[in-house]
Amino acid sequence: MTENQAAGLLEMRGITKYFPGIKALDQVDFDLERGEIQAVIGENGAGKSTLMKVLGGIHLPEMGTIRLDGREVVIDSVQTANKLGISFVHQELNLSDNLDIATNLFLGREPRDGFLQLIDRKKLYRDTEEVLQRIDLHCSPRLLVRDLTIGGQQMIEIAKALSIAAKILIMDEPTSSLSCSESERLFRVIRELRSQGVSIIYISHRLGEVKEVADRATVLRDGRVSGHLAKEEISQERLVKLMVGRDIEKFYHHEHEASRKPVFEVRDLVVPEHPKERISFTIHEGEIVVLAGLVGAGRTELAHALFGIVKPLGGQILLDERPIRIGSPQDAMRAGIILVPEDRKLHGLIMEMSVEANITLASLDRYQKMKVIRLDAARAVAREMVGKLDVRLRSIDQQVESLSGGNQQKVVLAKWLCLNPRVLLLDEPTRGIDVVAKEEIYRLMERLASQGVAILAISSEMQEVLGIGDRILVMHEGRICGELTKEQSSEEAVVHLATGGK
Amino acid sequence: MKRIAGIAVLLVVVMLITTLIDTTFIKGYNIMNIMRWSGLFGILSLGEAFPIMTGGIDLSVGSIAGLVGALSANLIRMREMPIALALPICLALSVLMGFLHGLLVTKIRMQPFVVTLCGLFIYRGMARFLMQDVTQGYGNAFLGLKFLAHGKVPLAFWPAGHAPKFIATWSLPMPFIILVLVGIILAVFLNRMVYGRYILALGRNEQAARFSGINTNRMTIVAYMISSTCAGLAGILFSLDLNTVQPSTAGNMYELYAIAGCVVGGVSLKGGEGNILGVIIGTAIVRVLYNAINILGIATTLEFAVVGLVILVGVGADEVIKSFTARRRIAEVRGVQAKGGVGTSTAA
Ligand SMILES: Nc1ncnc2c1ncn2[C@@H]1O[C@H](COP(=O)(O)OP(=O)(O)OP(=O)(O)O)[C@@H](O)[C@H]1O
Ligand SMILES: [Mg+2]
Repeated sequence: MTENQAAGLLEMRGITKYFPGIKALDQVDFDLERGEIQAVIGENGAGKSTLMKVLGGIHLPEMGTIRLDGREVVIDSVQTANKLGISFVHQELNLSDNLDIATNLFLGREPRDGFLQLIDRKKLYRDTEEVLQRIDLHCSPRLLVRDLTIGGQQMIEIAKALSIAAKILIMDEPTSSLSCSESERLFRVIRELRSQGVSIIYISHRLGEVKEVADRATVLRDGRVSGHLAKEEISQERLVKLMVGRDIEKFYHHEHEASRKPVFEVRDLVVPEHPKERISFTIHEGEIVVLAGLVGAGRTELAHALFGIVKPLGGQILLDERPIRIGSPQDAMRAGIILVPEDRKLHGLIMEMSVEANITLASLDRYQKMKVIRLDAARAVAREMVGKLDVRLRSIDQQVESLSGGNQQKVVLAKWLCLNPRVLLLDEPTRGIDVVAKEEIYRLMERLASQGVAILAISSEMQEVLGIGDRILVMHEGRICGELTKEQSSEEAVVHLATGGK
Repeated sequence: MKRIAGIAVLLVVVMLITTLIDTTFIKGYNIMNIMRWSGLFGILSLGEAFPIMTGGIDLSVGSIAGLVGALSANLIRMREMPIALALPICLALSVLMGFLHGLLVTKIRMQPFVVTLCGLFIYRGMARFLMQDVTQGYGNAFLGLKFLAHGKVPLAFWPAGHAPKFIATWSLPMPFIILVLVGIILAVFLNRMVYGRYILALGRNEQAARFSGINTNRMTIVAYMISSTCAGLAGILFSLDLNTVQPSTAGNMYELYAIAGCVVGGVSLKGGEGNILGVIIGTAIVRVLYNAINILGIATTLEFAVVGLVILVGVGADEVIKSFTARRRIAEVRGVQAKGGVGTSTAA
């Protein structure tokens, strides 16, 4: 065995994986050294998650071998993977939100004590605190997971994976729901773990980050490896070229012209989460306003209040200068206000239903005659939206669950964008979407804006915040604490406001 | 679809086995008898499927059937109310009960189990009190009305006693025909109308349904109304069929048969999944079992045990087959890897 030691920690060779009707992985080779941070990059549906699920024991490949420390292994279950020192932070959150942090961390692995083997609660909470320390998270282990933000929950997932004694830590888009500062913190944690000898595989669509943290990058395209890049070779252009196999035109340009005609006005709105704050802002016809802020600043709650999901405690909403009452999502939609929600698993999609059923669910009333669905019309719209957003799928009758994460997000967008809104609220619209498709979505927003739609886009990704809007509103602790015009906007200015600086 | 094929096969197998042991099972009068019972219980099961599809449950259908059945006999015979008035009153009452259940579940946010469990007690109590525990019935009259329960089609188109023998034995019982009609209406509602999608969507993920602009409360209420209306309709048919309704026992445990029919028929108790045809076949399986127990001379005291066991095996087999195929696939992959790889060794 000794001669194999030099070969590195992990060697995957010729991995091939089929799903019904698709070859998700085709002869993929993948290597990992001890104490290395390696990025896995690729378009939506390229096979990144599938490759990692093979390593994590969730999928069995039809062909290929895996060697760990020079020994060939068959990873046929998550338990086997864990025993081999491999743990997984998934693209989707998998926590029980009615339980507290400690219980979630050690679910099924609780420390036990005494004759009756009861849960040793003292040790449970002490151990949890220790793990939370490791990732620099300072909150009580007794906090309910549902009281955490999505960003916070993501950190708990990472803590959980860490606590399963990891030699190899797989992270599938860990930063997609984190704000800049949280990402920074995550990178600190990752680097710290690397110095402890942990190897980290890390999937991301934020190519800027890849350069920052990765020692090496593997690029997948259509289930095949299209290139390996060493640290000094990594650049956005090269990554994109390997991802899509050609150069792409960079960044869209502003072409829409915002008018001065106010379309959507919020006056002194009080959101239940932050009863002391009053929120006021205006969006004009054809204007794209970005709502920036840290995760947990209250942006999602504000969006929910505007869409009638939660009842505001006070204030006024005006559409086209007339006050309207929004008591439910139906009211909002009738008035032409649409929300594309942030959490696709919880609010955006019905995972077990087909792509067609999901895309048409919000607009079903348009494809009916006496409440009988006109299936051909519904299917035509679903197909059209799938084409428009370039959703990669086999058929529109496929379950949404079997799409890749980014393609699920595209379905979420398709579902609401086919409604022809007057006011469009987007909550992290491009989460988990690859760079190429992102451009496509920005172009779509651009097109809607030039048709006069008023758009409010919540985003935590700095490039997006600075790039897509006519104006930036910054939120901090439930309050809109600043506004930046396109000219005033800079990363420093946004971060300064978002962290409560004046 | 696979699932429906599966339970259809189960139904045929049970029927075949029974026939092989005793051919009286396959005789015309016996089959028609099973169909009549399947019709009556099937209507209950079809209704029950809707609250279950929303992720809830309706435990009150047995008591509703008892109360409404007793009330219809009481109004028509004892109080001599015209049929054209009495039946609408009975059905309206059924609709109202489901409406109330739905309101309590959605607006007060009570758990469906609790709401309908209370309904189960309350309606039973009401039936006994209103009828003063006296057995109700229609007497010897009202033959036209009783046709709904006893009639046979196409036998009814022949003048009495003139139909060919074949027609006389193989005419479909009215309750079964009513079941088919109700089934068609509900299938259109579930599969072709927007409401069906809304109900299935909210059963899977109520939050996501709300975000889609679906009035989830209204759809939930509708589901409970479908359930109670079917229960009331079945109750009337049961009372016509038996012609005696004991307020204290009529419809006892029927909610459990209804749920059993749904479960065997592939309606997931988690919500969001269900199929009309499946529920009808599921109900038929339960009825065939009962019949088989009688015909094969199995002690009737064992009745419940046999039915429970067969449902357990049937639903369990589904799961076992699923995990068996999964495991076999793993073994296959291992084989492939052992051949292709260099000296396979499983760590850990
Ligand atoms: N359970 C499944 N059943 C069927 N097809 C699947 C399943 N899981 C993934 N696929 C398909 O395999 C392909 C690769 O998906 P995968 O999730 O690995 O993509 P990805 O690179 O992680 O994309 P993303 O960036 O969008 O997360 C896709 O075409 C997807 O539709
Ligand atoms: Mg993925």
